[in-house]
Amino acid sequence: MNVEQVGNVGERVEFPAEAALTLDCGVALSPLTIAYQTYGELNASKSNAILVCHALTGDQHVANTHPMTGKPGWWRFMVGPGAPIDTNRFFVICMNCLGGCMGTTGPTSINPGTQKPYNLDFPAVTIRDMVRAQAMLLDHLGIDELFCVLGGSMGGMQVLQWAAIYPERVFSAIPIATAARHSAQNIAFHEVGRQAIMADSNWHSGNYAERGVTPAKGLAVARMTAHITYLSEPNLHHKFGRNLQDREKISYGFDADFQIESYLRHQGITFVDRFDANSYLYMTRAMDYFDLGSDYNGVLADAFRKSRARFCLVSFSGDWLFPTSEMKQILHALNACAANVSFVEIESNKGHDSFLLEEPEMFNVLRGFLDAAAKARGVR
Amino acid sequence: MTPKQQRTDLMVIADMVAEGARVLDIGCENGDLLHILTRDKNVDGRGMELSQEGVNACVARGLAVIQGDAEFALRDYPDRAFDYVILSQTLQAMSKPADVLEQMLRIGKRAIVSFPNFAYWRVRMYLALRGRMPVTEELSYAWYETPNTHFCTILDFVELSASKGYVIEKAVAFDDKGRHHFHGELGWRANLFAQNALFLLRKD
Repeated sequence: MNVEQVGNVGERVEFPAEAALTLDCGVALSPLTIAYQTYGELNASKSNAILVCHALTGDQHVANTHPMTGKPGWWRFMVGPGAPIDTNRFFVICMNCLGGCMGTTGPTSINPGTQKPYNLDFPAVTIRDMVRAQAMLLDHLGIDELFCVLGGSMGGMQVLQWAAIYPERVFSAIPIATAARHSAQNIAFHEVGRQAIMADSNWHSGNYAERGVTPAKGLAVARMTAHITYLSEPNLHHKFGRNLQDREKISYGFDADFQIESYLRHQGITFVDRFDANSYLYMTRAMDYFDLGSDYNGVLADAFRKSRARFCLVSFSGDWLFPTSEMKQILHALNACAANVSFVEIESNKGHDSFLLEEPEMFNVLRGFLDAAAKARGVR
Repeated sequence: MTPKQQRTDLMVIADMVAEGARVLDIGCENGDLLHILTRDKNVDGRGMELSQEGVNACVARGLAVIQGDAEFALRDYPDRAFDYVILSQTLQAMSKPADVLEQMLRIGKRAIVSFPNFAYWRVRMYLALRGRMPVTEELSYAWYETPNTHFCTILDFVELSASKGYVIEKAVAFDDKGRHHFHGELGWRANLFAQNALFLLRKD
């Protein structure tokens, strides 16, 4: 196995052909590369490892400057020295998800069969496949048990999946702003994004790279749509209202008259620089396919029967994409197994993205939860 | 309830709980009882609290607490999931107290229930002499704003337990000074002189 430092992606492990990952769709994927970042030191008893699972368009750069955008890490408020996930105390790992575009094997990787990028020949991946890949890296790092696995949104789905299929490897779990299955409305929004990408004449059925183009417009529209779902009406009203962008009055045309339009266009344009359109198709599909209860004959509680983990569920009052009611379904299932569970709803009108923001109450809650768990696990 | 009475209530409850037990505290407020039980009895403790503010404060203290209404949320748990299910000074605020008790004794091997005794002599005197709904230091709400919709007396509770087939393993009644007045079988004297009562129940 090959471990190397790569400029753009931090650390990277390449698993050889004999270590193929058999995906839910039946394909044995190899070779498999996993790109990841770590922060802090693994202790001698290997009991202080925390796995952070990133969301749909996140990546492994949790707490360091992003190598492509130059922006600070996406969860720098949460992870770092003295932060709620204190890197002086814990060893934090974050991997780019399977199907991603930041170094882990995905549609932009080279297909060993053709020696060309997979593009749409890349097999469909599921949340469970992503988690199995993560477990492979932990095996490689010699970590049997995670002190904690946490993440928001798609990351939260991975957290639930971890507790379900590796119950003996999870000491504590923090699913944030997520759901045990992707709702019809959420699938609908994803489909709009995918159709926008596919409608872009530069998409070429996914084979845009060899033509030297990108379906940037389609991907930007996908991002704009998705971005609206991460915010909330009160928040948009507060930030932008009906304010005009750099003009005194409306233009009677289709320029970005309103600040909200200009803001969304900016979100779309900056996104295409750092994200691959095909990867976006695969990742959104993985979320759509997620329905943890269906793997257990429709009884979600059965997914957690073997888990001995301490759970802390976190939702946000203003999140309409993954509302508190979805988190309560998870709570019901955990209670049905009398699991050790805490559940907090944080008051916030900032929508789904709240989990990425500075939310002091969330930090207080997670500090308390992690402290108590560390005490129980004997982590100093 | 005054802070001192509350303290007494918690200490009496804590005494009844066995070391290392699995405990669910319903209406755990800021988590004081769970904290005491975790610290002194090394219990595997869970809490349920109606106010989200209370829940968040508990979790920040490192306690496993969820937001929930006991009238609905207890149904989620499997049978005999806990060694003790505790309801401290909240029974009288339930809309269906008997149903809550039944659920407690389904999901717990034992239930610990404490409540203010409405037959306490000062309460009786208040109603008898003034002809008004009692408002005391202990029961400080006016009739139109009280959350306490189902007051009972010690004798009422003993009768309910008998009719439902609950076994009273222990009973303690005490007055406003926090002195334990009565143990064992609580009768008319406890019903008259005790301000608070606490029962340890089981259902065979």
